[in-house]
Amino acid sequence: MSLFQKFWLVRSSITLARIAAAAAIAIGIATTGCTARSGGDGKTLEVGNGAEPKDLDPHITTGVPESHILQNLFEALVSKDAKTLDPVPGVAESWTISKDGRVYTFKLRENSKWSDGSPLTAIDFVYSWTRLLEPKTAAEYAYQAYYVKNGKAYNEGKLKDASQLGLKAIDARTFQVTLEQPTPFFLSLLFHHSLYPVPQKAIEAHKEKWTRPENFVSNGAFKLEKWEMNKVISVVKNPNYWDAATTTLDRVNFWPIEKADTEEKMFRSGKLHVTDTVPLEKISHWQADKSGVYNQHPYLGVYYYWFNVTKKPFDDKRIRQALALAIDRTRIVKYVTRAGQIPATFFTPPGTGGYNPKPRLPADLSQLDKAKKLLADAGYPNGKGMPPVEVLFNTQDGHKKIAEAIQQMWKENLGIEVTLVNQEWKVYLDTLRTKSYQAARAGWIGDYNDPNTFLDMFVTGNGNNRCGFANKAYDALLDEATKEQDVAKRLAIFDKAEAILMEEMPVMPIYIYTRTFLKQPEVTGWFANVEGMHQMKFVRLATKSVQ
Amino acid sequence: MGLRWLLNRLVVTIPVFFTVVTAVFFMIRFAPGGPFDSEKELPPGVKENLAAKYHLDEPLYQQYLRYWGDLAHGDLGPSFKHANRTVNEIIAESLPVSAELGLLALFWAMLIGVSSGIVAALKRNTLWDYIPMSVSILGICLPTFVIGPLLVLAFAIGLDWLPVAGWESWEHRVLPSITLGFAYAAYLSRLTRGGMLEILSQDFIRTARAKGLSEARVVLHHALRGGLLPVISYLGPAIAGILTGALVTETIFHIPGLGRFFVESALNRDYTVVMGTALLYFALIFVCNMLVDVAYALLDPRVRYE
Repeated sequence: MSLFQKFWLVRSSITLARIAAAAAIAIGIATTGCTARSGGDGKTLEVGNGAEPKDLDPHITTGVPESHILQNLFEALVSKDAKTLDPVPGVAESWTISKDGRVYTFKLRENSKWSDGSPLTAIDFVYSWTRLLEPKTAAEYAYQAYYVKNGKAYNEGKLKDASQLGLKAIDARTFQVTLEQPTPFFLSLLFHHSLYPVPQKAIEAHKEKWTRPENFVSNGAFKLEKWEMNKVISVVKNPNYWDAATTTLDRVNFWPIEKADTEEKMFRSGKLHVTDTVPLEKISHWQADKSGVYNQHPYLGVYYYWFNVTKKPFDDKRIRQALALAIDRTRIVKYVTRAGQIPATFFTPPGTGGYNPKPRLPADLSQLDKAKKLLADAGYPNGKGMPPVEVLFNTQDGHKKIAEAIQQMWKENLGIEVTLVNQEWKVYLDTLRTKSYQAARAGWIGDYNDPNTFLDMFVTGNGNNRCGFANKAYDALLDEATKEQDVAKRLAIFDKAEAILMEEMPVMPIYIYTRTFLKQPEVTGWFANVEGMHQMKFVRLATKSVQ
Repeated sequence: MGLRWLLNRLVVTIPVFFTVVTAVFFMIRFAPGGPFDSEKELPPGVKENLAAKYHLDEPLYQQYLRYWGDLAHGDLGPSFKHANRTVNEIIAESLPVSAELGLLALFWAMLIGVSSGIVAALKRNTLWDYIPMSVSILGICLPTFVIGPLLVLAFAIGLDWLPVAGWESWEHRVLPSITLGFAYAAYLSRLTRGGMLEILSQDFIRTARAKGLSEARVVLHHALRGGLLPVISYLGPAIAGILTGALVTETIFHIPGLGRFFVESALNRDYTVVMGTALLYFALIFVCNMLVDVAYALLDPRVRYE
């Protein structure tokens, strides 16, 4: 074969390949050009929502992404003010509380309806809460209704007769709840999705498939139209909602984008109006950005380390205190986490249900001398003779960075060696549960806006007490607080309890969470609050195409 | 070849199937942590209810037998993590997506990989050889989570030609399939080059050229059949892998495919989904390897099965 022929053969096969590729891209460009940066039709809100929901049955779900969707599909008996999170009328337009604080009588709105037009009555609430407690439902949040009389017994199977529960439909518009004991924060509990009303007819007809879009019935500002797994959940305005006039959006699309990077890029290309989070490496970039899309708000959560008090070395209070005083919280939030977190000089986030704990820990190293003395008293002057401390965290870059910073601080300030151990999430949970760790990273997000959700886990034997803390005085104070009806007195009791906590130091608080997210300027009515709750019925979208 | 060979293969595979089911079943249950372990501890009553609902309170051997019973009916069970979906539904929804992504990736891989490999073999030790081979090293070394975001930055954000993520229209297919196919293209180009070089040095090629056949016919008709043998062997398991292992690409581009379930189910201890995807993978490998053998028989006259 001639040189020319060879050359031609080679050239032609490459050219063919090039043409094919170019054609593909050309088609891509031609059809992409106009729509890649569309700002939408002004009535559809595109929201990044973190993870794919486990389900949309309020009795089955446990996660935050699900709650974001559910609070728009359903409405609670008592809702929350979008800005202050104070209880406001929801399905119930008014309520009365008995003098002993045990009986709540709710008057439902006259025009309450389900999204399919059928009436929503008090019987629906009796049915729903009973279903929540029903053992067969196996609801993970069933304990939210343990405050109801006989709720715990029924859920544990000890009581078989559901009519013995403290739930009564006095008439179609009156729903009465009898509690086990007076519960001052009961009204703020009602916003939790486990206590939403669920559609009896749909559930009985379709069983687990009732949450499919074609079967779904709900009572909130929106109804479910589309649910494509790992792709998108689309909800549309519910015309049968009593306050439908307030809702201006036609549709909200929730995108379960797991990778923060991808979500941020989608925001930049105009496909999302609001993101769920901001990638850690991009925070400083967005903080410097002047366009106002970056948002940063305190969040109802605390990041801390557990000290396993059942094992050496943390069975010694002095060592726990020494280590807690020897980290520079300000440096950590400034240089490691960098998203405006507040150094936790207490355990309960400030402002929780109006509670402002007294700071009992330094935000910096001002008490380092005291720490060194404590360590010396415990028998390890300058860390001499102390075996390495193991710090456990679940595998994630952010936790690793914080652990490394703390490792360095303890070495520099106290002369203590630290080994870092990371485990996969489920293994980490198992290790915590079996208390086979020394110090472990943890985070706690409040279930409701009251200090009890943060402080009751330290009660002896509480299921969430991962460190084995057992203090009778503390237990007594928490018990007293759950019974106290006067708000100011109650908060004072909590502060006393927290004083014990910060003295015994079974945990080392590090910082109070913040929520960071990006939001296009044409989105308004998206109010910041510590629980990160956003009711889309208040959100307004100005018509503007994004550049 | 024929029916006897096929039956032979099936008979050999059955004990492997049993072993896979048993091994995966017990391994995932012995891993620390369970499907319902969560940060907030569940009250004991709730835990019991959950265990009863999913038969986790039964003795292990009973759960094992129950699984076989369901499997015989083709029922892979409910997902533990995605509470209202069954494994069958999950696979039915996400497998076609992964299949499409995988096939497109293979298309790119074959197009770029095989053609560059042929050219490199023909123009050995020239720039036509060095450049593709160097680029292929890049493709093998750079992981998808580097290539993907780079392509997105260049074409989606920078040039605004293509979307950042998602799986709706025609444009959404381009970047993910190129990202996924890039690594395979790299392997394919090296394999093709190697295979072609080996074949082109054979006597029968010299004969063909001596007989005056055009170079095109020599390469494309005579040499390619043998030169592609290593490629075919590689493609068998690669196809199975590309369908189930595109986790990173699917996550970066937010594609609702099977790869994500494959990995996430293990992390979530979603026992049924783990079993379902493992069995699917097993079936895919079985089928693909069979196809490889058939292809060998067709391509290589030296191979004969009775």
